[in-house]
Amino acid sequence: MASVIGDDPRIIEFDVRTDEMLVNMGPQHPSTHGVLRLVLRTDGEIVSEVEPHIGYLHRCAEKIGENLTHRQWIPYTDRMDYLAAMNMNLGWALTVEKLMKYEVSEKARHLRVLIVELNRIASHLVGMGAYGLDLGTFSPFLYAFREREKILDLFEEACGARLTYSYITVGGLTADLPPGWLERCEAFLDQFEPIIREYHALLTTNAIFVKRTAGIGVLSREMAIEYGCTGPVLRGSGVDQDFRRDGEAIYTAMYDGYAFEVAVMKDGHYPRDHEYPAVPTDAVLGDCWHRFFVRMLEVVQSMDLVRQAIDRYSACKGSLGEPLKLTEKMPVGDAYLETECPKGQMGFYVVSDGSATPWRVRARSSSFSNLAVAPELCRGCLIADVPAIVGSLDIVMGEIDR
Amino acid sequence: MRGPSFLDQLSDAVPGAVVGQNLDALDPWIEIAPEQIAAASRWLSKSSPVRFDSLQCITAIDWFEPDPKKAAKVSWQPRTELVYHLWSTSQRVSLVLKCNVPRWKGDVPGDLPEIPSVTGVWRGADWHEREVYDLSGVWFTGHPDLRRILCPEDWEGHPLRKDYEQPLEYHGIRGK
Repeated sequence: MASVIGDDPRIIEFDVRTDEMLVNMGPQHPSTHGVLRLVLRTDGEIVSEVEPHIGYLHRCAEKIGENLTHRQWIPYTDRMDYLAAMNMNLGWALTVEKLMKYEVSEKARHLRVLIVELNRIASHLVGMGAYGLDLGTFSPFLYAFREREKILDLFEEACGARLTYSYITVGGLTADLPPGWLERCEAFLDQFEPIIREYHALLTTNAIFVKRTAGIGVLSREMAIEYGCTGPVLRGSGVDQDFRRDGEAIYTAMYDGYAFEVAVMKDGHYPRDHEYPAVPTDAVLGDCWHRFFVRMLEVVQSMDLVRQAIDRYSACKGSLGEPLKLTEKMPVGDAYLETECPKGQMGFYVVSDGSATPWRVRARSSSFSNLAVAPELCRGCLIADVPAIVGSLDIVMGEIDR
Repeated sequence: MRGPSFLDQLSDAVPGAVVGQNLDALDPWIEIAPEQIAAASRWLSKSSPVRFDSLQCITAIDWFEPDPKKAAKVSWQPRTELVYHLWSTSQRVSLVLKCNVPRWKGDVPGDLPEIPSVTGVWRGADWHEREVYDLSGVWFTGHPDLRRILCPEDWEGHPLRKDYEQPLEYHGIRGK
């Protein structure tokens, strides 16, 4: 028998043909950024289908919110995107303030900009470092965490916590900055600025990194919009949208008088791109490399904003003002607000029946929508590219599962 | 742009779709007849003068007061309200759609209310509708793969309903 089919060259093909196999990745896989489970349908090295299973970190935050007053829910927002808890606090605080038509003092406004932009740097550092880990390079992670540590030290001095701050709250902030904090923050920025060049050398222009990310997981503009992708994922596909500029008045008013350029590619160029490494020739708009690069640009953009906020904050006379009382009643009605968080647009929705406890709260997570597009991006890619694609979306499971 | 003329155009394109509106609210909203939500969404995303090409969020609000004493005092009718937050990437405006469905289909407790799915209009609606089904118990007809997303597949009940009761036991894990 063997001698008969041995002459037929096609038989070899049959011999090495692989069956479809289901591969389970996670929920404890190191490259899934938390407890995310991906079920891959593979044929050899090719992935034909990816199905994310989420919910392992579901903590019923929305249900809890129906049983607490607006300010009591602030610590629960910390635990959504725990890498950018200040931004989460701000989103919820502004939503309640929108419903109550409350305006914080000028000083509190500038302090909020300062704090959230500093947190954006910290979040993007984790995004960048962990992305290196996904692709098999360990050192950028350590360099990123070294600098993030200094930001956490600053936060600890300001509010006593290193991860779950509850610093920004409804009606203002829980405390003013301690003496000497601004100088220490400025010293950090001065020390941090030259280091960004190191990051670009380690990753952005690294030949292996470029090979692993350029042209991989290309997300078209239309698909990004249809899936509701936001933040660096949307801007990495060339859509010029940043809610710090395009959002609702109550949010954009916070950035009134601040100068910044949205990090998006226009006519083949990023803003101020002569200062950074050139875009690799293999990179396609919307691929993993562009999503990563947008985050790197936003680190510099946030540093500029922090510097501007320091100037404005220190020029402010008067007091910060007191946050609202825990039991301050909200008017009947509902309000929805999206803010530009490091991972994308985080939306909060509050429905009030006139008491201090909301009737319904809703958190629209940016990572939730960003992850929903992953099955589209992974269709037909190699198994090794799955961590590269999922990592480039920079998701955080606390925010997806809530 | 969001004035009466826009509403008239929507009513002309999808007759019977607009059943209410409040354009002076904090977030101006239009109430859509539940059976028309998919048709109205399609018009809003594909043909309207402002293309609402992105769906930000779907929320279900359970208007129900389990305590009979408090229920006698409330000013609203028991119902499930669905809220769709839309966004236009090109024109940078938002729009809110609201739909009211009964808490239970035909007022039979346990029978989930139904509403057409908008996954055919915005593909991103897929996971949002699964979440609403999972947590608030609304059945989206025409959804390609409607199953629980955050809770385990064998979970009972829909936790964001006001009359939800936590199970006493789940696979040997004690509750309460």
